[in-house]
Amino acid sequence: MKTEHIGKPISRIDGRAKVTGEAKYAGEYNIPDLVHGCVVSSAVAKGKITAIDASGALRLPGVLHVLTHKNTPQLAQSDESYSDEVAPPGSPFRPLYDNEIKFSAQPVALVVADSFELAHYAASLIRIEVEPEPHSTNLDVEREKAYEPKPRELLKPPPEPRGNAEKAHAEAAVRMDAEYFAPVEHHNPMELFATTVVRDEDGRLTVYDKTQGVQNVQNYLCNVFGYAKSDLRVISPFVGGAFGAGLRPQYQAFLAVLAARELKRSVRVTLTRQQMFSLTHRPVTRQRVALGASSDGVLQAVIHDAISETSRFEDYTETVVNWSGLLYKCDNIKLNHRVVSLDLNTPGDMRAPGAVWGLYALECAIDELAVNVGIDPIELRLKNYSEKDYNEGKPFSSKELRACYRLGAERFGWARRNSQPGSMREGGALIGWGMAGGVWEAFQVMADAKAVLTADGRLTVSSATSDIGPGTYTVMTQIAAELLGLPIENVTFKLGDSSFSQAPVEGGSFTP
Amino acid sequence: MNGFTYTRTDDVAGAVRELAADGASKFIAGGTNLIDLMKENVERPQRLIDITHLPLGGIHPSPNGGLRLGALATNTDVAYHEEVERRYPLLSKSILAGASPQLRNMATVGGNLMQRTRCYYFYDTATPCNKRALGTGCSAMKGFNRIHAILGASAQCIAVHPSDMCVALAVLEAVVRVTGPGGERTVPLAEFHRLPGDTPHVDTNLRPDEIITAIDLPAKGYAGRCSYLKVRDRASYAFALVSVAAALEMDGEKIREARIALGGVAHKPWREPQTEALLQGQTVTQDNFQRFAETLLQGAKGFGGNTFKIELAKRAVVRALSRAAAGEEQP
Repeated sequence: MKTEHIGKPISRIDGRAKVTGEAKYAGEYNIPDLVHGCVVSSAVAKGKITAIDASGALRLPGVLHVLTHKNTPQLAQSDESYSDEVAPPGSPFRPLYDNEIKFSAQPVALVVADSFELAHYAASLIRIEVEPEPHSTNLDVEREKAYEPKPRELLKPPPEPRGNAEKAHAEAAVRMDAEYFAPVEHHNPMELFATTVVRDEDGRLTVYDKTQGVQNVQNYLCNVFGYAKSDLRVISPFVGGAFGAGLRPQYQAFLAVLAARELKRSVRVTLTRQQMFSLTHRPVTRQRVALGASSDGVLQAVIHDAISETSRFEDYTETVVNWSGLLYKCDNIKLNHRVVSLDLNTPGDMRAPGAVWGLYALECAIDELAVNVGIDPIELRLKNYSEKDYNEGKPFSSKELRACYRLGAERFGWARRNSQPGSMREGGALIGWGMAGGVWEAFQVMADAKAVLTADGRLTVSSATSDIGPGTYTVMTQIAAELLGLPIENVTFKLGDSSFSQAPVEGGSFTP
Repeated sequence: MNGFTYTRTDDVAGAVRELAADGASKFIAGGTNLIDLMKENVERPQRLIDITHLPLGGIHPSPNGGLRLGALATNTDVAYHEEVERRYPLLSKSILAGASPQLRNMATVGGNLMQRTRCYYFYDTATPCNKRALGTGCSAMKGFNRIHAILGASAQCIAVHPSDMCVALAVLEAVVRVTGPGGERTVPLAEFHRLPGDTPHVDTNLRPDEIITAIDLPAKGYAGRCSYLKVRDRASYAFALVSVAAALEMDGEKIREARIALGGVAHKPWREPQTEALLQGQTVTQDNFQRFAETLLQGAKGFGGNTFKIELAKRAVVRALSRAAAGEEQP
């Protein structure tokens, strides 16, 4: 396709604003009389709060309020109100709801003061007495309690078994069977999670939030606090990284709105770097992959079992094992995914959730099988190349893996690789060359945009999407300029405002 | 962080006077460690005395033929100083193995001596820690102790000293110059830092009313045969799991003198001159180095998470000595 703008390398539309500091992030909106909240985090992973002594903090001039579960007013009561666009099944966490501590660094109080420094100092003076309870945060310890999770909306559970994988594995001429472990990963983007709530004299709120979905946050806050959408607007034009941590509304947004509502003031809450570890995370995962093949490397059996972790209150799952039913052609497949609940906050989607670890295990296993068969790992992959998605029996929307293998091997000089362990050196270091393939779903989700073309030939397109870094501002501008045949400088794309046309959270690679 | 007052002083006598005037004061120079500790509420000084304007920034030849590093010389100043690079490459390499360029630009060598441990529990005020609050217990002993001590630890504390620079200074047998109300005195580096014993809250033998003014390097720098090997979880911007500073003086094929200090393994840079003597008169062989490493680590004790460091330290010692003997450029 010949294009004027799409696919052309141009400078990022938002690049200049970002490198000059003109781009404002959620914690950078300064208005007169803004007050500051500091979160107090639980020091234990499980227990019950028996007493909170905030007197030391409240004695300080300039400390305005200490919010805890004791003085938080009654808010929405149903789990549904606390749910959101991407919430897994379960009972979402409610900040400052009761005296129960469900995970380490759970927010247990919010100190609000005239200055950021004072709020933080005051927070250090709050004494929280807790009756700790035994906690379990180790997947391996709880592994025997793994269960089949409730299915998550939009995600496909592992496909039904095909053929008889156990029997085919047992009878295969060449076999491998191994376990793969992946630890917890935290998103921890550079920009700290922050929310600045600006309250106007009529009590309407403008919420500057760090999020991957302004309307998701707006819906959540309106449901929880009972605001009309016309009275609570969420704005997030720039996001300093998120990696999935900003898909669900996070607790600093809840706390900032709660404080603004209680104090009738404009409030900012910025988390500390340490508190960022309490938001969400990619779950710890243990996987067993067992492959069987004929002596010349034709796959006969694929068995892939994954166990990952979730919280005690929600069944978080991601697509870990399904890839093993579609990346290679095989008639005998058995895939299984179970979860173990631990005393941790609910895990969340993080950069290609599920696929990252599922494919790591599958591709390591394929390599191990190649060694056992005694052929090149690329040859083994080509031999078992799948021409369609066997999980669904449908053709792929696009698949260029064969070309990738060829091009990659060419450019990398794969032919020069010596497959014998310990045979290749670079200076004094032993090195090895390896390869792996990847696969990801081509999600499609409904989104709206509004386009206004004025008489001077200028076009403004807007949608309530987000730009967490992929270049949405730039790409959407290019698309709009292309479709209407306009010079790129005549086109403006706006995003990150809940009052714009409906858009989903930016995630799953469905937003460019 | 608590509220504090700020004072600036322009000469050493003034600094000593200000410190004596208020026991809840702390000197601040680069602030690369103190500010972090204040943010975590581990240090809560009521007053900061800014000493960055004291005339202690220079690096000059010393009367004994060595080099005098002013306490306020930055880590960067020292690491890239022409004379240091030429005569004391071990020191330069050790400094550059630590922190990041930004931190080294701010951090002073005096402050580097005073760095506090990076033990997770020391930093986490929600947990017991004898170093932070004597008598509360040691959380690391039975907790996550991957980064902790294998030598010289006590029942009260298994924290390690985090500095790279001090490991090289231990080998070079540097001398710390300090000034207090009673005048100036010198402390050999080996006696500057302490083992935890029953007083883990006291890191050094610097008295509470003293200020570090300089570090003296003796004339001998072992420039031809030295090595600083740092083993860590990341290739940069990480503290040592184990580090080794090694220096050799040869007499033909035989070792005339060997000096080896370990970092990341104890509450202070770890040196055993009596064990080093075993290498005297020996030839440069893997076996000899291996035997030395075994002896040096024979008293080592792991606490579970850090037990791997014992073997790691032995191998690092052998490698560092082999590199020093070969006179190799350090990677």
